[in-house]
Amino acid sequence: MELHDVWFVLIAVLWTGYFFLEGFDFGVGILTKLLARNRPEKRVLINTIGPVWDGNEVWLLTAGGATFAAFPEWYATLFSGFYLPLLIILVCLIVRGVAFEYRAKRPEENWQRNWEQAIFWTSLIPAVLWGVAFGNIVRGVKIDGNMEYVGTFWDLLNPYALLGGLVTLTLFTFHGTVFVALKTVGDIRTRARSLAVTLGLVTAALALAFLIWTQVDTGDGWSLAAMLIAAVSLVGAIGAVKAGREGWSFALSGVTIAAAVAMLFLALFPNVMPSSLDPAWSLTVTNASSSPYTLKIMTWCAAIATPLVLLYQGWTYWVFRKRIGTQHIADAH
Amino acid sequence: MDLALAPETLARWQFGITTVYHFLFVPLTISLAALTAGLQTAWVRTGKEKYLRATKFWGKLFLINIAMGVVTGIVQEFQFGMNWSDYSRFVGDIFGAPLAFEALIAFFFESTFIGLWIFGWDKLPKKIHLACIWMVSIGTILSAYFILAANSWMQHPVGYRINEDRGQGARAELTDFWAVLTQNTALTQFFHTMTAAFLVGGAFMVGISAFHLARKRHIPVMRTSLRLGLITLIIAGLGTAISGDMLGKVMFKQQPMKMAAAEALWDGEAPAPFSIFAYGDVEKGHNKVAVEIPGILSYLANGDFDSYVPGINDVNKAEQEKYGPGDYRPNIPVAYWGFRWMIGFGMASLAIGVVGLWLTRKKFLIAPGLRTGEDEVPNLVLFKSKALSPKIGRWYWIVALWTMLFPLIANSWGWIFTEMGRQPWVVYGVMRTSAAVSPGVSQGEVLTSMIVFTTLYAILAVIEVKLLVKYVKAGPPELTEDDLNPPTKIGGDTRDPDRPMAFSY
Repeated sequence: MELHDVWFVLIAVLWTGYFFLEGFDFGVGILTKLLARNRPEKRVLINTIGPVWDGNEVWLLTAGGATFAAFPEWYATLFSGFYLPLLIILVCLIVRGVAFEYRAKRPEENWQRNWEQAIFWTSLIPAVLWGVAFGNIVRGVKIDGNMEYVGTFWDLLNPYALLGGLVTLTLFTFHGTVFVALKTVGDIRTRARSLAVTLGLVTAALALAFLIWTQVDTGDGWSLAAMLIAAVSLVGAIGAVKAGREGWSFALSGVTIAAAVAMLFLALFPNVMPSSLDPAWSLTVTNASSSPYTLKIMTWCAAIATPLVLLYQGWTYWVFRKRIGTQHIADAH
Repeated sequence: MDLALAPETLARWQFGITTVYHFLFVPLTISLAALTAGLQTAWVRTGKEKYLRATKFWGKLFLINIAMGVVTGIVQEFQFGMNWSDYSRFVGDIFGAPLAFEALIAFFFESTFIGLWIFGWDKLPKKIHLACIWMVSIGTILSAYFILAANSWMQHPVGYRINEDRGQGARAELTDFWAVLTQNTALTQFFHTMTAAFLVGGAFMVGISAFHLARKRHIPVMRTSLRLGLITLIIAGLGTAISGDMLGKVMFKQQPMKMAAAEALWDGEAPAPFSIFAYGDVEKGHNKVAVEIPGILSYLANGDFDSYVPGINDVNKAEQEKYGPGDYRPNIPVAYWGFRWMIGFGMASLAIGVVGLWLTRKKFLIAPGLRTGEDEVPNLVLFKSKALSPKIGRWYWIVALWTMLFPLIANSWGWIFTEMGRQPWVVYGVMRTSAAVSPGVSQGEVLTSMIVFTTLYAILAVIEVKLLVKYVKAGPPELTEDDLNPPTKIGGDTRDPDRPMAFSY
């Protein structure tokens, strides 16, 4: 395996980490409208992800930075090509970060309500758009002989990609619901469990349709295997949350996300961004990658830094392992 | 197409606006992280409550500020791909690496430990909780280092070669990463930017402490903060001046055009004068009015008072011979005035720090009758036995408050000067800015994103300033029993499982 293949895998790993982690915090953001019955419950939900959402988001920045360094052509084509959707995602991430930090900084009800609205929408919109973006990457977009995207914004809104968007939306929300069931006590935990089962079934139906579509279009034996793992673990996650085994359910919904991302990347390889105009114009791991020297340095950095990151991020989850409920939220601020 | 709305112009405006805006928060984040960590260390070591109250007060302002720094930073990483895709293709092999290093080494660190610090007051033992804020501080500094190494490569490219035979267009490829990380441009720029960042934090502390002291509020906490701020301001100010001189000498060698433009020196001279005021004719290439001090520019450039310094016209001619016909002059009024605003406001901050430290100096230098206790507003003492009249004393507090803005102005102009002074190059001598923009991105798209970001940033600025003002006015919080008795084991106190969290959103 050459270094650019290693980096293809590492980029896939970074996206897996991002979708696994920010997946549930997007989900929790969406649940503030779907699950919480009153304002203290909303605060419980927000505080389940309070200490960790910022660290989760860095997985995206790392995926972006790593793509820039390891596959500059991919980075350039992708971000200049998907200009407007990316702009919307950036605006959402800006408002979302500020919303978490500033919501409790003033006591006025209006102020807090506005930020809560912001948390809901800025969690929901990126959750959809990431699926749309990956749907388009796998399906292929209009890329010309100079590696430039020549399609329009509307080309990105095709049925396959939109289905992908619905899948990420429901999958992240399901993942978030399981996380809430795992992290809370009392009434909110009970309701999260039963909502998770319903959401899980909807997710299963949509995801199955999307993954089969992907498999038929571009799949091979490996992607079929990844798809089966995703399907089995999703069913397992639904079963486990129904049985009250939330830890297992969360692990399995994580496996579902990992397997689904793996499937997309397996369906993509050795392309990184196929051209729908002419296969010869596709961006591949070879023509989009950096020089072997840069990849070597990056590999060393990743080999040393990644285990450390996993270690201290894992420790954070350990420090904040206690379940929380409305009784843990102080009244005044 | 209207040139004023050409994608290149818009992309440059967008880069300028988003970067200068981002950089209003970054230096305050860097310096307040370290200063807060210092105050918390003082608390852990001495157990004095004023240090804990100060930690909580400055820590809160730090958090309000860092939220903006973090979210505006996300845009920075992605706009290279969005607006400058040809730049990304050409230099991604080199430029991407420090960005990826920053994410892997610095961002993860900073963002993970900030979560632990914010929510960890009742979950972590004292010393581990203290270690978290230091980790945040290290993260912010590492992050700055990698970004400045990347920027320095654009100012002075090293450790690379141009690969012409890739079959898909030439690009710059990395040959020596160590050279990129350790070249003198990167190191001096890092030194200069760090000291300038602490100038921001020092002035911020001085200004807010002065605000409270002038109103005789929260005196013990604000006395401590005032002195910490003044000392920071002076050390950082001296450091900024020294590193600025070092950086200037490096740039005179590496980018003679930028420094000639900064001085509006049209034709080379030996000895070369330092310009105090100039007004010139850019088309014809000369000054109509010039007020100068002889010999100083020679000293700034080369360390002696008689040496030759090439002028704008000389460098332009030399670059035309080297790179082909064209105009290699940056926007000269911007470079000239940017340089002056940077130095002027930076030096003014330092001066106000020195005056402040002298006026509030230690007890033994002051006559006994003018000494103040720990819980009194310090007398502003001019000489050993003569205090400033209260009226003039008030003026110092007001000036100190306004000084909060000075380093921010200096920083902003410093970056504008550095980046615009390098034009028409995006990578000096290697790639022109006009060749760097995204060819596939339309005017409408760039215009949309520029309007969206500018509007969003303007709204957020109002919100964040109002929040800062609210928390500044509220002053340091009163302490509770829980604050003074943090848990002794990781995971928090287990006596009462239903006790509310020390901090929640």
